[in-house]
Amino acid sequence: MKTLVWVEHDNASVKDATLHTVTAAAKLGEVHLLVAGAGCRAAAEAAAKIAGVAKVHVADNAAYEHALAENVAPLIVDLMGHHDAFLAPATTTGKNLAPRVAALLDVAQLSDILSVEGEKTFTRPIYAGNAIATVESSDAKLVITVRGTAFEKAAAEGASAAIEDVTGAGDAGLSSFVGAELAKSERPELTSAKVIVSGGRALKDSETFEQVILPLADKLGAAVGASRAAVDAGYVPNDYQVGQTGKIVAPEVYIAVGISGAIQHLAGMKDSKTIIAINKDEDAPIFQVADVGLVADLFTAVPELTGKL
Amino acid sequence: MKILVPVKRVIDYNVKPRVKADGTGVDLANVKMSMNPFDEIAVEEAIRIKEAGKAEEIVAVSVGPAKAQDTLRTALAMGADRAILIETDAEVEPLAVAKILKAIVAEENPGLVILGKQAIDDDSNQTGQMLAALLGRPQGTFASKVEIDGDHVAVTREVDGGLETVKLALPAIVTTDLRLNEPRYASLPNIMKAKKKPLDVKTAADYGVDIAPRLKTLKVSEPPVRSAGIKVADVDGLVAKLKELGVA
Repeated sequence: MKTLVWVEHDNASVKDATLHTVTAAAKLGEVHLLVAGAGCRAAAEAAAKIAGVAKVHVADNAAYEHALAENVAPLIVDLMGHHDAFLAPATTTGKNLAPRVAALLDVAQLSDILSVEGEKTFTRPIYAGNAIATVESSDAKLVITVRGTAFEKAAAEGASAAIEDVTGAGDAGLSSFVGAELAKSERPELTSAKVIVSGGRALKDSETFEQVILPLADKLGAAVGASRAAVDAGYVPNDYQVGQTGKIVAPEVYIAVGISGAIQHLAGMKDSKTIIAINKDEDAPIFQVADVGLVADLFTAVPELTGKL
Repeated sequence: MKILVPVKRVIDYNVKPRVKADGTGVDLANVKMSMNPFDEIAVEEAIRIKEAGKAEEIVAVSVGPAKAQDTLRTALAMGADRAILIETDAEVEPLAVAKILKAIVAEENPGLVILGKQAIDDDSNQTGQMLAALLGRPQGTFASKVEIDGDHVAVTREVDGGLETVKLALPAIVTTDLRLNEPRYASLPNIMKAKKKPLDVKTAADYGVDIAPRLKTLKVSEPPVRSAGIKVADVDGLVAKLKELGVA
């Protein structure tokens, strides 16, 4: 089987989400990559070095700069003429794009796969991760999004794949990019961090969140996350949200501070290797999944912890 | 302009789903069902657009069992004008739902279709994108702000790393994210009035759509259970644990 993997990149380098997806694709067959963007040669060269990659298709066109699904999907559909499976990481870009590709190919899509069980058989979470479905596709071609935390990263170096230019139809004339407001952060990225410190509603307000959570995160070199309650209350921007409707993370250590542990939140973090919970309510559901729990008032415990590290 | 709002009847988000012992699915017998939370946000947004004088009519549509009428009545009580139920007891995959919606769009000719970004049962996050593809129209997924301006709509999207804004030519398809709005509760008088609003019942065959599944569910199982953890007595105990884990 020949697979085509969507590469997430910033035109210069390849994002980690791609490396996880390559591992999933390699279980199906020969791995080809698609680098679509504007001035994306450097990203294509970086992609060609990823271990296990056989070929890199590069589509360099201003119409592909912001990965607008209306422009990019037809390009992928063209390439699917000689590929059997399209895989994208289950990031917001992948989730936006893959179903559009699937419908154009008239195939069902498999979202957020956790494992490859056979050529056409996969597992995926349903009901906020409260059940795992094993599903088999009957379609001739596969369109898949891959949950990054479920697959190891492919090595970023090791191959020297051929780079081939491809052209697509370009701008479909349906949509345009107006602008972006990206949250600035010096900390590690949430989805690839080894350690995450996450805060919940108990943090009271954004100043308190910053005073309590950030020093601990900085001490541990950790990324900062939040529960939906903390995001809705405006303590932190929405892209900090961990959960069914936010980001799915699986770090080595996840420290949940003042988070009760609603189903929605657990769906985003319960695959973490070690979960540590600090909560003053000893009956909070978070303690049912925590490997290490501390029942204490976070306003005294967290500063004390930060001080002792 | 007319707005079409697809809504889905799903297990209530507060219920912890139980996997059936025979591994055929999740037990939905006698479980509380509700409108998918993202769809409530979609209905609310449609109503706000109408209240702002930018839409004349809101049509709610659902594909599901006879009981999905309750979900449609909820949408009508919130403020939708009329409803269409495509009745089926089968589980319908996103691609088939998108095909049914495409046929309804051809009939109703809406300027905007607003869907939830994902249903909390199958967690697919596909239907809106698939509908946009089948119609050859633009998509504004994961919307946290929707502004109609003449023959375009500006959609602010929640993306990894922050927000991005795209401008789409109408007709367009928008899918809602959580922070788009706070859905209203239906008042008792409106619930009563909703009972009198029109609700058409049709079938997929009426639209000539084949809803046979493409994916076969071989098994549904419980996720791996985490082994019970320990509690530490104080911060010193926690520091010791973090050192043991090698992160401190």
